[in-house]
Amino acid sequence: MAMVARPYDLPISPQDGRAPGRLGMMLLIATEASFFVYLLFSYFYLASMARGAWPPDGNNPALRLSLPNTIILIVSSGTMWWAEAGIRKGQQARLRIGLLVTLILGMLFLAIQGLEYSNQSFTPATHAYGSLFFTITGFHGAHVAAGLLMNIFVQARAWAGHFTATRHLALSNVALYWHFVDVVWIVVFLSLYITPRLG
Amino acid sequence: MAIATAPTAPVGKLAKTWETAPGLYGVLATVDHKTIGKRYIVTALVFFLAGGIEAAFMRTQLIHSNVHLLDAEEYNQIFTMHGVTMLFLFASPILSGFSNYLWPLMIGARDMALPRVNALSYWTFLLSGVFIYTSFLIGQAPDGGWFAYVPMTGRTYSPGLNIDFYALGLIFITISTTVGAVNFVVTFFRMRAPGMSLNRVPIIMWGTLSASVAIIFALPALSAACVMLYFDRRFGMHFFDAAEGGHPLLWQHLFWMFGHPWVYIIVLPAIGLASDMIPTFSRRPLAGYTFVALSTVTTAILGFGVWVHHMFATGLPMLATTFFSAASMMIAIPSGVSIFAWIATIWHGRPVFRTPFLFLIGFIVLFVIGGVSGVMTAAVPFDWQLTDNYFVVAHLHYVLIGINVFPVFAALYYWLPKMTGRMLSERYGRWVFWLMFLGANLAFFPMHISGMLGMPRRIYTYQAGLGWDTVNLITSIGAYVFALGVLLFLVDFFRSLSVGPEAGDNPWDAPTLEWSVSSPPPPYNFAVIPTVRSRHPLWEGRLDEEYHTLIGSGPVLDHGRETFGTSALDSDPFEILQMPEDSLWPLILAAMMTVTFYGLLFGVWWLAILGLVLVILSLAGWCWPRPARDEEMDLLPEEG
Repeated sequence: MAMVARPYDLPISPQDGRAPGRLGMMLLIATEASFFVYLLFSYFYLASMARGAWPPDGNNPALRLSLPNTIILIVSSGTMWWAEAGIRKGQQARLRIGLLVTLILGMLFLAIQGLEYSNQSFTPATHAYGSLFFTITGFHGAHVAAGLLMNIFVQARAWAGHFTATRHLALSNVALYWHFVDVVWIVVFLSLYITPRLG
Repeated sequence: MAIATAPTAPVGKLAKTWETAPGLYGVLATVDHKTIGKRYIVTALVFFLAGGIEAAFMRTQLIHSNVHLLDAEEYNQIFTMHGVTMLFLFASPILSGFSNYLWPLMIGARDMALPRVNALSYWTFLLSGVFIYTSFLIGQAPDGGWFAYVPMTGRTYSPGLNIDFYALGLIFITISTTVGAVNFVVTFFRMRAPGMSLNRVPIIMWGTLSASVAIIFALPALSAACVMLYFDRRFGMHFFDAAEGGHPLLWQHLFWMFGHPWVYIIVLPAIGLASDMIPTFSRRPLAGYTFVALSTVTTAILGFGVWVHHMFATGLPMLATTFFSAASMMIAIPSGVSIFAWIATIWHGRPVFRTPFLFLIGFIVLFVIGGVSGVMTAAVPFDWQLTDNYFVVAHLHYVLIGINVFPVFAALYYWLPKMTGRMLSERYGRWVFWLMFLGANLAFFPMHISGMLGMPRRIYTYQAGLGWDTVNLITSIGAYVFALGVLLFLVDFFRSLSVGPEAGDNPWDAPTLEWSVSSPPPPYNFAVIPTVRSRHPLWEGRLDEEYHTLIGSGPVLDHGRETFGTSALDSDPFEILQMPEDSLWPLILAAMMTVTFYGLLFGVWWLAILGLVLVILSLAGWCWPRPARDEEMDLLPEEG
């Protein structure tokens, strides 16, 4: 064992929850979450300042596509959790399958969102509501895309057999990021799709 | 644990392990926090000179009535770039530079927690600064003031690229500042030497930690605002367009939600630097350490709740402005606590009046004057009289020169000998101090008066007979005197490199760990990792401390680039961290970001997309584990 050469009774760069990279990812998520808080602040600020109806044409955003899409993203968080729990037990196949299913669900989410975009009666340049709607959901979509690219990256590493039961920090970070993207969507969904119906 | 004393520590092997590779590769790929820290300081000082030249243009233009050295548009660009440069490219980066250089040396570590992120932070800072300054090449520098209020900065009234440079440049800088802040927070909680519990860290650590946490939560407001501004301008969106359901005040809210925390971000680390220098020159430990640390953190938190005091004149409800007025005045309490702690330290000490100490006294004096005018402007009715006139300019310069520039110059005189191994001249230093101190007061005190006389800020010239000529003449003379002080500092610095006396390890007889290593420090910082037992490891003997910090004996950690990972509160070592090697990826990534931003700037979409794809590939290249490292990993035992 390599440890024998060391006079210290301490683990070497263990990839657990205390690894610097883990804390770094949490802080990255904190600052990204703040970014969405400021976007949503802008949404509610302009909503509160609106002189006419909000949304401007009086039509609340449709749930026909967005509600199933929300469920798809929540399920994908579950599959990501399943994959990570697999590698904790050293199950390579479960890791690879879980990541692949998550990737497909994430791509499905983006495709459905694209479909919804093409059905909208307004564009980002129609009115401030349109600017907000497309900017907020667009930035979220970009985060989903980033999460998918990370997924592809760790998936390549998973198929190359880089991860073990104790050494899979990169995967855990990507999983954490994916859950974050999921939580952001739930907040965006509640803000943009549900709150206008409550008024 | 293996105990080795310094003479037996394998310093040759350590040096070989930690040295940056020679040649161009090493220059571009280094991740050494000392090199990065020095680069930050030098680059920030270059921007300080650029901002100073812009200030000199402004003061020459305003030296008396009806001067037309610059036309109105040129003047707008110059004052905007002065503000943007000083606030974003000098005030914050220079403090990052000191923190980068000093933190690991102060806490007994061998590097920052995320060395390659550190390199990325520097390269993006440099390239974002270059990005913004290239606007001068096409004569379209930002011209909307450093806070760029809409609708004036919207597409209708500002059709050029000026404000696009501003919006994209600030988003770019935000990336640099944010990744830097993440690195500081992780370092604070993971990298302190064994025994350096939370109540033993130097105050600069509290200052930079508070600032970094504020950065993580406040900077996204600036990014969001700049993204919206860019979208409004480039894609015809309507965030700030009142005709289509937007609102101009949304910009002001977002900007100041970022902007006021930013004020504390650029002063808290400087206050920390001062709190660590004052004890050295008072020959005693800091009085009220806990209170100073707590007031630092408190100020950063309160800083999030005062943004509306920049908007008292915008017609917000009285209840709201009153609340924010009270919150703003409350900031005086933690500031006062710190000031009394410094005065108590000096009062009960035996002060030694060397150059850094002169700057620290100047800092306290200017801080008090700027603080008092701050409380004045926090009162709503008084603020209505002062909004957008020179009183506000006087206030903000007292604060920023007092609490940022003066501690920074104290720190330059104090820590440059550690970096270069050479002392600066005491004789020059006194001239530098008095020129800067008298110059600053001569320049900025009369601005209170010109404000009271009704002179609005940001006018490019003024008519004769308004009674403003004399005060402006005095202000301009003060500005030149201040500039002379800065130039004399540069002379002193370059002189010191060749003729300055050797500094030795601890020229000031200071108490903290960075003074226990040679000047300049070796690549590995500490031959053996110290074990800390007090707040002032080098003064324990004379202070009759019961416990003694171990310096020069203890764990060596020489199997590659290694340092301890320690627990957040008590700093107990729980792991040995393997630190990354030099890497070109941070530079490549920053360069690809630059390509993306130029694509967005000029609306050349294929270039922006190409840049983005290259950014993604660079990130993948950065994160892909290198083969050598894999083999090393395979040797590691599986735990659990």
